[in-house]
Parts: sequence; structure tokens; C-alpha cells
Amino acid sequence: MSEDNSGGGKVRNSVSGAGTVTGTVAGAGEYFTAYPDQVLENVIENVLVFLTSRHDRSTVSLVCKSWYRAEAHTRSDLFIGNCYAIAPKRVTDRFKRIRSIALKGKPRFADFSLLPVDWGAYFTPWAHAMANAYRALEKIYLKRMLVTDDDLAVIAHSFVNFKEIVLVCCEGFGTTGLALVASHCRNLRVLELIEDDVSVSVDEVDWISCFPTEGTTNLESLCFDCVEAEVNFDALERLVARSPLLKKLKLNTPVSIRELYKLIVRAPQLTHLGTGSFNPFVEINQQQGDHQEPDYAAAFAACKSIVCLSGFREIAPEYFPTIVPLCGNLTSLNLSFANVNAEQFKPVIRHCHKLQVFWALDSICDEGLQAVADTCKDLRELRIFPVDAQEYDEGPVSEVGLLAISLGCRKLQSILYFCQQMTNAAVIAMSKNCPDLVVFRLCIIGRYRPDRVTGEPMDEGFGAIVKNCTKLTRLAVSGMLTDRAFSYIGQYGKLVRTLSVAFNGDGDNGLKSVLEGCTNLQKLEIRDCPFGDSGLQSGLHRFYDMRFVWMSSCRVTRQGCLEVARRLPKLRVEVFRRDEEEGERGDFVETLYMYRSLDGPRPDAPQFVEIL
Amino acid sequence: MDLNLKATELSLALPGTDDLPEIKTTTTTTSNQIKTNKRSSPDIDASVTDESRSAPTPKAQVVGWPPVRSYRKNILQGKKVEPEMGSGMFVKVSMDGAPYLRKIDLKVYKSYGELMKSLEEMFACMIGLYSENDGYKGSKHAATYEDKDGDWMLVGDVPWEMFVTSCKRLRIMKGCDARGLDL
Repeated sequence: MSEDNSGGGKVRNSVSGAGTVTGTVAGAGEYFTAYPDQVLENVIENVLVFLTSRHDRSTVSLVCKSWYRAEAHTRSDLFIGNCYAIAPKRVTDRFKRIRSIALKGKPRFADFSLLPVDWGAYFTPWAHAMANAYRALEKIYLKRMLVTDDDLAVIAHSFVNFKEIVLVCCEGFGTTGLALVASHCRNLRVLELIEDDVSVSVDEVDWISCFPTEGTTNLESLCFDCVEAEVNFDALERLVARSPLLKKLKLNTPVSIRELYKLIVRAPQLTHLGTGSFNPFVEINQQQGDHQEPDYAAAFAACKSIVCLSGFREIAPEYFPTIVPLCGNLTSLNLSFANVNAEQFKPVIRHCHKLQVFWALDSICDEGLQAVADTCKDLRELRIFPVDAQEYDEGPVSEVGLLAISLGCRKLQSILYFCQQMTNAAVIAMSKNCPDLVVFRLCIIGRYRPDRVTGEPMDEGFGAIVKNCTKLTRLAVSGMLTDRAFSYIGQYGKLVRTLSVAFNGDGDNGLKSVLEGCTNLQKLEIRDCPFGDSGLQSGLHRFYDMRFVWMSSCRVTRQGCLEVARRLPKLRVEVFRRDEEEGERGDFVETLYMYRSLDGPRPDAPQFVEIL
Repeated sequence: MDLNLKATELSLALPGTDDLPEIKTTTTTTSNQIKTNKRSSPDIDASVTDESRSAPTPKAQVVGWPPVRSYRKNILQGKKVEPEMGSGMFVKVSMDGAPYLRKIDLKVYKSYGELMKSLEEMFACMIGLYSENDGYKGSKHAATYEDKDGDWMLVGDVPWEMFVTSCKRLRIMKGCDARGLDL
């Protein structure tokens, strides 16, 4: 049976139309009735419109060619977990009707300066490919990619119906690009800049003034807390006043608490608020002698819809209690930039009964964590970051805080915890008290630290986590670990998809246990561990099923990497050094980053990256 | 606490082979270094490190460890992430009503005259030179600056060298607003 897509005169009707097909052959004077396959394909298309999960769609596309085509025609949301796994052209050839795209670029360890600058992850080729192929594109989500002002210009000019742009941990663009998006994307609903590095250039453009100034906007979410450049506050105030749909507003540091006040009284419908600086430093606009302070507590009290609060940069702690009227409604509170101590923290947290997500600095100490445990019975996600990210003997939070949380917050699903010391007992307790844990990331900052009390390796603690937390999909380990820990992970971590390992392990057996045992492992990132070629080889049967493997400062040799590349031709095996190093590592490879790819080696690899 | 764990540590390496490769170090900021010296490393860390590493020093920083994003570290340390500008003295210049901020390098100018001329060109407006007797008489705009203490002053109040070292940013105000700054 020939299914003729290009010629043949068949007319393909749009998905939104009825499920009938007409077919004509030009000049023949005859009508062909549709092949039965064509009918079936159209039926499938109309059904597939309702299928949204990308995993289901992937399965559907494997059934047969007909279903493959039908799926390709009806997919509207695209997720590409590694921008180098596939070339843009192949994507635009296959999928014709994309409305939203999510792209991820650099591996996560790039966040910690382990990836050289200029490594790659350029958005430009994607921008141009989509500008041609997807005129109806509405949403773009990018993570860890290099996005230039020109790329933003392409977005601003190419997509008439563009609605949402979310950039996470990206860099390469500045206020010029933002101004273009603000000016041209008249249907913009969402502009979210999350932890991006927005370049500070000689000319800073007043991009906030570039939003349409007449009538109301469609803005629902405006998040620019990572933008260092001051924004024109008057323009921002006017923008907020004419954005009746605005629900999420996250301000940057130059916005003072006084300015915040002016904004929130105009936008009582906000649900997510990120403050700028939380202190009353005098600004230049103030008249001399204007010492009247606004009633911040009353203003916050009027914001009955706010459920998510963040920001609090450069906090003047005496202003912290002004948020108390809001606390009873809060489900999410991010204090991770607020250096407040336990005394300042406790009076506020005790009102936050509904809190589900809580991020903070370790400045709140074990005592503050106890207060969280006492009040936040519904807590699902906890992240504790260090104020001072260095190795010390002691720190403000420890196993005491972890234990308290485990006893008080039984519904905990996700935890990221930085500390200097830990005990197996506390970790084991958490594994038993919080069986719903899906994400467990413990970072004992002191490298190679054993159990503080018993002096033993942390094997039993992490072992208990993988054993008792049966829903665990993400795990980050630290402290002193032996082969035993990895043997537990391999034995029990059957659902683990992401594993981060640093400064642990005895030798190759550890890596072997993980690669052989963790049958769902997708992302493996390892640094500074004594894992070598034989450990690496034991994963050959899995690498095609994984998104990537990262190994830096381990004991993998170039020969070992070559062997992997030889055995797995669809795997891109990149080796490189972090920078010009003084010491020679001999045959050892500094960094190995490998990932599956449907296309050849990437053409944009810099000179220092060798693709085997 | 000296448990000498190294002696009992299991290792699959052959006897006599090199141990773990050296960990790269980076320099710490000065404020952190002070803290480091106060809390010195315990013996336990020393005994666990490999023989091939250099003798344990006051805690050296390891690249990318702990895994906290530099974005986060910078905010907490209150560091402004300015691009590398060499030895220039860059200050922001804003003008009321103009959509653009500029940055200029004060080191490039030798006097108020040069600075004002450059600002005039930049913003295409007339800024009169300040004179002790006349003030900003007759001009529509006045140049002001924020000094080290956070106070806003009229440009021209202090000797040029003092101005260059204390000026943090410049703002070109409408003349009428500037009059209030006259002390």
C-alpha cells in the first residue's frame, strides 16, 4: 500500500474539522475514495488530540507508521530534555503543529562552574528553525541555555500569538532583548526570568516601559527578580495598574519596600509575590522630611489571595513581622535570600499552618527547623541552603534539625539539606518517618565526613532511604560512603531516575552496583569519585536509555571512553578539561559527558571539547 | 578526633598506584578567609585525604563545592556582579525622562568641564556649569550625584579628585528639582 504524502492530490483536513476525507486526483476525471488506512489515520488523529502525556505519545508513535504520522500531526507540546539529542531540523520535519516547546541545554553541574564557558547549548539554531516552522508557537520554556538578544528578537517578531516565555538558569541576553519581547508580543501572558544571568551592559534599556501603554494587558505572570538592572518604577506601577489578570509578580532587588507597598495596594488579586529588597533604605525620589512610613502590615493583610511569598533580599529583620497577616494563607514561603536568625524567624513561622513549600537559609538554625516541624504539618518540600558555603567543623543546622523535621513533617516529599555534619540515625529516622519521600538530597558540606557520633560511613543512612522510601526518584548522596552504600542504592533504588554522587565511594564496584541495579536511571552525575573504566563499562547496556552521564575528576581513561564510543555509535561521548590546568592527569579524562543522540556530533562544539 | 580512617580504608587500587587525582583549588574571598582561620580543620579530614594530595592546609576551596549556585552565593555576599571593566571607574548615569541608562568611566575625564560636555552630548541637553555665585541659573537640567554615604549632591560642589573617588552614580534632574539640594 502506498501512502503518498507529497503528491497524489490527497487533501489532508485539519484536526479541528470533521473526520472526513476528500480525495481528488487532478485531471483524471475520477474520484478516488479514501483508502481505509486514511480513514483510520484521521480517526486516530482526532483521538490523539486528547493525549497529552509525552510518554503515552511516544508509545503511540511506535505502533506503526500510520500512527506515527498521526501522532506527529497532533502533538502540540514538545519536550526536549537535551538540546543535543536531536537536531532542530529533524524536529521540525517530524512535528508540524507545535504550540509549546521546552528545551534543556547544559548539564546541571554547569551551575557549579564545572562546565567551561562556551561549551554550547545555543538557542539560536532552534529560534531560527522554529521561526520558519512553527508560526503558531505560543510558549517557550528554556533551561540552562544560551539565549541572545537576537534570539529574543526572533521570538518577538516571529510568533504572532506568542503568550509565554520562561527562562530558567539561562544567560547571554540583556535588557535589549527583554524590551523587544515586551514591545512586540502583544498577547504576552507570562514572562518569567528565573535565576538567569541577565547581562549588565553599557546601555540599560527601560524594558518595562516597552509594554503596551494603552488599555489593559494580558499579563498573568511577571517575574524578573534575577534582573540586576533597575527598572523604571513609575512605568512598573502603571503596568501593574492596568494588568487586571496579574497573579504572579516577582520584583528585583532595586525595588524597595516602599515601592512594593505602592504596587501591592494596586494589585490585591496577586497570588504569588516576590518582594524586592525588604528594607526601607531611603531612595532619591523621597522628599526631605517624609518620614511617614506606610502601614505595611495592613497592606499585606489586604492581599488575601497571596499564597506564595518570596524575595526578602537585603532584609531588615525588624520588618519581617509585617508579613504575619499573610502567613495563615501561605502555602509557599521562600526565605532563601533572607539572613534571619531563629529569634527573628520563630514569631513568623508559627503562623504558617498551611505551608507546603519552604526554602530558607541555615541561619534559622536547628531551633528554627524545630519551629517549622512544630507548625508546618502539611510540609511537602523543604530546602535549606548555607549562608556560608564553606567547609567547617560545625554548622548552624545538623542532624538535630533533620530529625525534628522528620518527626513533625510526616508528609514530606522533597528535601534538599545542606549541613556540615550528619548521623546515620537521623537519616534512618527520616526514611521511616517520611515514607512519601520522592526527592532526597543531602549535602554534607564537609567532604568524606562519616557519622558524627559513631564515626562510621554514612552507608546505612542512605541505604535506609532507598529501602524505606519506595517512591524515591531523585537521590543526592554525600559524606563518607563505601561500596556498601552503592550496593544498597543498586539493590533498592529501582525507581531512581536522577543520582548525584560527589567525593564518595571506594572503587568501581560502587559504580557497577548503580549501573546494574538502578534500572530506571536516567541522569547520572558524578564528580571526584574513584570510579574508572571497568565501572563505566558495566553500564553499556543502559546508556541508550539514559539522558546523560557526567563523570568529572574520576578515574576514567581516554581509552575507556573510546571503547564506550566505539560500542555505542548513537552515544555522543564528549571529553574535555574544565580549563587550562597545570597538572597533567596522564591518561585520565578530566570530564566525561555523554548522551544519546539521533544526529551526528554537534557542529557547534568548541575546540576544547573532543567528541569521540 | 583522630580515627585514622585512612589505615582501615578499603581501596581497589593496586598497591603503589597513585591515589585520587588532586583536587583543584580556587582562592577564597578575604572575608571568608578570616573565618576559615578561626575554625581550623580537624585531624579527621587530614587522615582521610589521599597521600598524593598536598599536605592539608587551612581549608582550601574546591571548585564547585559545595554545590550552591554562584547566583545564590553572590546575592548572599551582597556582591554586585559587575562585568570585568579593567581599572575603570564606571558609574551609571540616568536622566529624568530618558529611557536609557548609561555607564561612563569617570577615569577618562580630567575635569568637570570634560565630564559635563560628554554628558551634554550623551543626553543632548543643556546642563549649565555650576558656579559658586550663580548656581544652575538658566539651565533646564542639573547634574547630581550620589556619594559614598548615599547623599545626593550637586555635581561641582567638591574638588574634582574628591568627586571622582566618592561618586557612585549620576542623575540628571530637572533644574527645579535640583534646587532643593542647594544647602
